[in-house]
Amino acid sequence: MTHPMRVSPLLGLLAFGLTAVAAARPPADDEGTARDWYFGEALFYAQQGHFFEALERLDAELGQHRDIDEPALDSLYRNLREAEFSVGDFELNYRMHYRAGRAITAVLEGAVDEAVRNDAAYRLARIHFQKGQFEDALLALDRITGRVPEDIVDEIEFLRANTYTGLGRHAEAAEVLKRLQNAESLKGFAAYNLGVALLGEERSLDAIEQLDRAGQITSSDEPVLAIRDKSNFVAGTLLVETQQFDAAKQYFDRVRLDGPFSNAALLASGWAATAADDYERAVVPWSLLAQREVTDAAVQEALIALPYAYGKLDVHGRAALLYANALESFSQEVERLDASLMSIREGNFLKVLVREEVRQDKDWVIRLRSLPESPETYYLMELLASQDFQTALQNYLDLEDLRRKLASWDVNFDAFDDMVGLRRDYYEPQLPGVDAEFRDLDSRMRLRLEQHELLEKRLQGLLVAPRPEFLATADERVTATELAALAKGLDGNASPGADVLRQRVARLQGVVGFTLRTEYDDRLNEFAAHLRDLGAEIETLKAKHAEYVRTRQAAVHSFEGYDTPINRLRTRVAEALGTVNLLMARQGRVLELVAIDELVARRERLETYEDQARYALADSYDRATRAQAEAEVAALQPGETR
Amino acid sequence: MTRSRIGQLFGVVLCSTCVLAVAEAQELASAEMRSLDEQVQEIKTDVLGIAADLTRLEEKLLYPSNTQLAIFVSIAEGETFRLDSMRIAIDGELATHYLYGFKELDALQHGGVQRVYTGNVPTGGHEIAVSINGKTTSGDDFNSDATFSFDKGIEPKLLGIALNGPAAIDVGEW
Repeated sequence: MTHPMRVSPLLGLLAFGLTAVAAARPPADDEGTARDWYFGEALFYAQQGHFFEALERLDAELGQHRDIDEPALDSLYRNLREAEFSVGDFELNYRMHYRAGRAITAVLEGAVDEAVRNDAAYRLARIHFQKGQFEDALLALDRITGRVPEDIVDEIEFLRANTYTGLGRHAEAAEVLKRLQNAESLKGFAAYNLGVALLGEERSLDAIEQLDRAGQITSSDEPVLAIRDKSNFVAGTLLVETQQFDAAKQYFDRVRLDGPFSNAALLASGWAATAADDYERAVVPWSLLAQREVTDAAVQEALIALPYAYGKLDVHGRAALLYANALESFSQEVERLDASLMSIREGNFLKVLVREEVRQDKDWVIRLRSLPESPETYYLMELLASQDFQTALQNYLDLEDLRRKLASWDVNFDAFDDMVGLRRDYYEPQLPGVDAEFRDLDSRMRLRLEQHELLEKRLQGLLVAPRPEFLATADERVTATELAALAKGLDGNASPGADVLRQRVARLQGVVGFTLRTEYDDRLNEFAAHLRDLGAEIETLKAKHAEYVRTRQAAVHSFEGYDTPINRLRTRVAEALGTVNLLMARQGRVLELVAIDELVARRERLETYEDQARYALADSYDRATRAQAEAEVAALQPGETR
Repeated sequence: MTRSRIGQLFGVVLCSTCVLAVAEAQELASAEMRSLDEQVQEIKTDVLGIAADLTRLEEKLLYPSNTQLAIFVSIAEGETFRLDSMRIAIDGELATHYLYGFKELDALQHGGVQRVYTGNVPTGGHEIAVSINGKTTSGDDFNSDATFSFDKGIEPKLLGIALNGPAAIDVGEW
């Protein structure tokens, strides 16, 4: 047995097993606490599979969080660990392994809790494993020490085992996997992978025994049932290779009739029976298989294998009929393949892939088959299931998404230019007039502010040293001035009338002074009250002033300073669009070539089947005719002749 | 090997050279795909950077901070009622009428927060009216309303609509 060749295809399933059980799930920081809204927004997109939008928002939120002076006051702070892990997960889901690796390494190298660091190391190891970098994966796993989050303990060991298998260190893989046989989350996968590891160790009997155990696991989960089918199929194949056909057939017959390995198992079951020269038993699975979707390679093989078995059972008439049916079917399929090849060469394959209704469904690969105008996809199911092709396809679809985004942004720039232009046309002519009015208002306001400040100082002075004359009314001030002038005019006048006048002036000055002094407190209170009112008015004025300044700034900012960033972004978008178009063309060409190669190979196989069927049909017809003739001869009475 | 038996029986050798040629072509294509994969990752990083700058520019241009109002929606953990639509009016004017699809509802029920509206309102007092409809977990139709008054200052205003149940709309500031 050639183990390297045997193990190699099986490794493909290891990756499947890993993916199935190690789905990304960011660790929650504080269960039940409110979530930062912007982080929640990123999750909203991520959970719908819109990882570009999720990354864009979370990148921005994390960037802002890192820029603030007191991160502990930021709403993201309590979700920070979850957010940092999520970036890595989103990047992984968006097939950005390099950035995901960097994001997780950053967490790993930060000053974080032991459990968080171990979780990060596990995630990093997973990325390396998915990229086929098994040595690096093992190095990352070796960094895990101390406390490990409980929910990933088994996953870490499972990944370690798979990494050992990837490195060809099967004995170590087997040791780890033996310890995981009771892990509920790895049900089926650990059992199957242990079988593979034993096979890698060239312990075929142990491997078959283990695969037998894996093939009898009970579960209602589809992935577990699929791995159970795979275990039985592989066990059967191994038994066929050691000529144990009866035993092999039992394993093939264990495979579910509606599972992903059903067709291959039915075909192999028939071959196992024929290898044991038990053609009657071969007819049963092949009859079933021959009625299935004719584009499947196993079904096509069954179409020719079934009449072969009937021929061996000397049922040549039925064999001839089935060969004829097979020929007709192959002929139709060759035509369909030709149409598919032509369709791909005309670029229709790529057009179908990017159709929106196809991509709405998570099972879009399967839905491709149901599109009547895309014949090429009938024969590409196996190809579509391969990891490299899937990655290439996803990249092509991601590029198409990027192309659409960039194209729409490119259109937006024109709208932005229009918007900025309209704003400029509207605001710019108004600004000189508004500014002139504002300057006038501003100077008046400043004068009032100075007056208010002066009066405020005066009030404070009056509170310390009362000056009643400061609170005289205008009439009183005029009267006081007139009386002072009269008094001055009487200076040096010694006439008797002058004395009388001086007394009258003094009396009047006394009246004014009396009024000022007796009403001083009331007037001071009134002065203070008016000053307070004035203060309130000034505050309103200040607010209006500030609002005006803001509004003016907003008006100016609504059209100034955009030209450079818009043009810079326009250039970046144009360059990115060019790169995307180039990459799409290259990626699309590769996809087309691989698809064409696959279809050509399938066409050539069908032509071979056609040749075989044509020859066998003639042979069966001859045998049937001969058998009929012999039967007729035998049926004649002795002495009778025709 | 059993599979080779049929070839012998029919006296035909399966087209192994064709299979080999296809395998070789696919290997070359795989190498090209891996090379392209790296370049695709690079352009994704570039476009994400452009998107971030563009978002900042758009926000500054379309929703300046002195007038910006953003409204977020969340569904309380464990709530499984079906939200069909949400209608939001600001000062009596319809701001948005959003119909929820399965994916969006599922995302909300699993901790996602939706920015349902971003727009502009002048500084000062405003009122937001929220009405939702859908089906309760028991299958009954429901309609619920809530109003909330808020003041818009010169900084961006963020409002959150927390749906704590079919009839429990909690609108608040962030």
